[in-house]
Amino acid sequence: MAGRKFDSKALAKGVFSIVVFLVLWEIGSRSKTWITAESLSGFRDALGAMGFSKKYLPWIGAIPAPSEVVLAWGTVLFDPGYWHSWMMSGMRVGGGFFAAMLVGIPFGLALAVSRTTYGIGFPVFELLRPIPPLAWVPASIIFWPTQELSIAFVTFLGAFYTIVINVVGGARSIDVRFFQAAQSMGSSKADIFRRVILPGTLPSIVVGSAVGMGITWEVVVAAEMISGGGSQVGGTSGGGLGFFIWNSYVGGSYEQIVVGMISIGIAGFISSELLRHFGKYLTPWLRLR
Amino acid sequence: MAAATAMPQGAAATRGAIRIEDVVKIYDPEGAAVMAVDHCSLDIAAGEICMIVGPSGCGKTTLLNAIAGFHEITSGRITLDGEVLCSTEKPRSTPGSDRVVVFQNGALFPWKSNLDNVAFGPVMQGKLSKTEAREKALSMMADAGLNGVEHNFPGEVSSGVRRRIEIVRALMNDPKVLLLDEPYRALDSLTKSVMHEALLEIYYRNKVTIFFITHDLEEAIFLGHKVAIMTSRPCKPKKILTVDIPHPRDYGVLTSKRFRELIEETNEAVHEEAVKAFQSGEKEG
Repeated sequence: MAGRKFDSKALAKGVFSIVVFLVLWEIGSRSKTWITAESLSGFRDALGAMGFSKKYLPWIGAIPAPSEVVLAWGTVLFDPGYWHSWMMSGMRVGGGFFAAMLVGIPFGLALAVSRTTYGIGFPVFELLRPIPPLAWVPASIIFWPTQELSIAFVTFLGAFYTIVINVVGGARSIDVRFFQAAQSMGSSKADIFRRVILPGTLPSIVVGSAVGMGITWEVVVAAEMISGGGSQVGGTSGGGLGFFIWNSYVGGSYEQIVVGMISIGIAGFISSELLRHFGKYLTPWLRLR
Repeated sequence: MAAATAMPQGAAATRGAIRIEDVVKIYDPEGAAVMAVDHCSLDIAAGEICMIVGPSGCGKTTLLNAIAGFHEITSGRITLDGEVLCSTEKPRSTPGSDRVVVFQNGALFPWKSNLDNVAFGPVMQGKLSKTEAREKALSMMADAGLNGVEHNFPGEVSSGVRRRIEIVRALMNDPKVLLLDEPYRALDSLTKSVMHEALLEIYYRNKVTIFFITHDLEEAIFLGHKVAIMTSRPCKPKKILTVDIPHPRDYGVLTSKRFRELIEETNEAVHEEAVKAFQSGEKEG
């Protein structure tokens, strides 16, 4: 997988598919009234008979065209509020995610290593795990003193469960031969933890983190929308990208909704790429598979 | 001891004599007692290559695990150079670097470079510093013809090379006994023959006792001073053969008359047990 050479053909294919996508989108949203064309009158009548009164399909015509989005983006780029939204969401994701790693990895390892910890900790964990992070929003707003903390807590939950489950699974699937080999070469329990369990679990930690990071972005956006954006700075777009989208919707600026959506896409892409590279650096032996 | 006649010339080993006395192992999962090893006794002289041959799942590995200290025995006694490893009173021996195992599917740590894998044991035991261990590992790998793969990960080299590295890793601990659990099972027969000669070459330089589990009779007779043919589950020696082909041996032995005679002599016993194992439908154990 990794270590492949730069492939110009793959790049060309990627660019081609993005261009085609944008063109179709542009055509789609510009042809709001295509169904009024005479040639399609039969189809329109059939739709009318089925109870549809609109002159066009609400399918993609309601969405601003990419050219409009780019224009809106052009103005937004010079709005410090937009960049502040990036920063706010980024900090929440970063904070929640690192807290989840900080708590989740040791907790997962403790569950995996000791039967007692597992017996005591796992039932509660499994009871809480199915509760979607967003269901925690109201309780979290009540519990935490500031809105900022409550959003961070919900993002933390998004990554926490995934990381713990992956760490436990990873540590438990380490082949018993590695333990026996280490034992027979005179390793102490602490040695085995450090030289077998930790490196053996590392690939699962990396995978769990990547998945957890994805969930973190999903959660932070929804939490920002629900909680009303946290601390308000700079009017329309102060409380993170989720709030930016919500505010654009409330303000009727549909181009900005799409700008916000794509921004989140880019932010998510950047964070998973960063994680992937860091993960590869941490687990060099997996590069050869 | 009788096996002394078949001992290799040169410096005879003075340590690593294993004595298995009347060992019984009963697995008792949920009350359904399954006898894996049945009053098994076997003497292995210091520095001897003892091959344990038996059908899959006959309980050979149980015996190896008892010596290594990975599993308990039910009764009996196993001693190493007169010291009790495990007995009825102390059913589980303590794993130690005097008895290093080379596993069936290999157990090189995939996250360590080959060199660091080889250097692992002495560092763990606090015998050498990391730098010293690496130096020793480099020279031992060079001796075994393993140049150029030191800084690769195990996943980057062929399975045959991995197995050789693992044997060198085991020898780094200066063990009295090398416990090999079908180490060449997954290799093709051509690679296998290369591996056999490589193992013997290593052995001639480091006279350790070798406890080698296999189900390949040719492999057993080619390598061993002594071949113990085990019965199908429960496991105990059915026939113990002393291979009177002198060491050092090379690939030419395989076509010698004596080698063929020994195969003929033992083939039937092995086949009988294989049929029994097949009929009782024993699974891999």
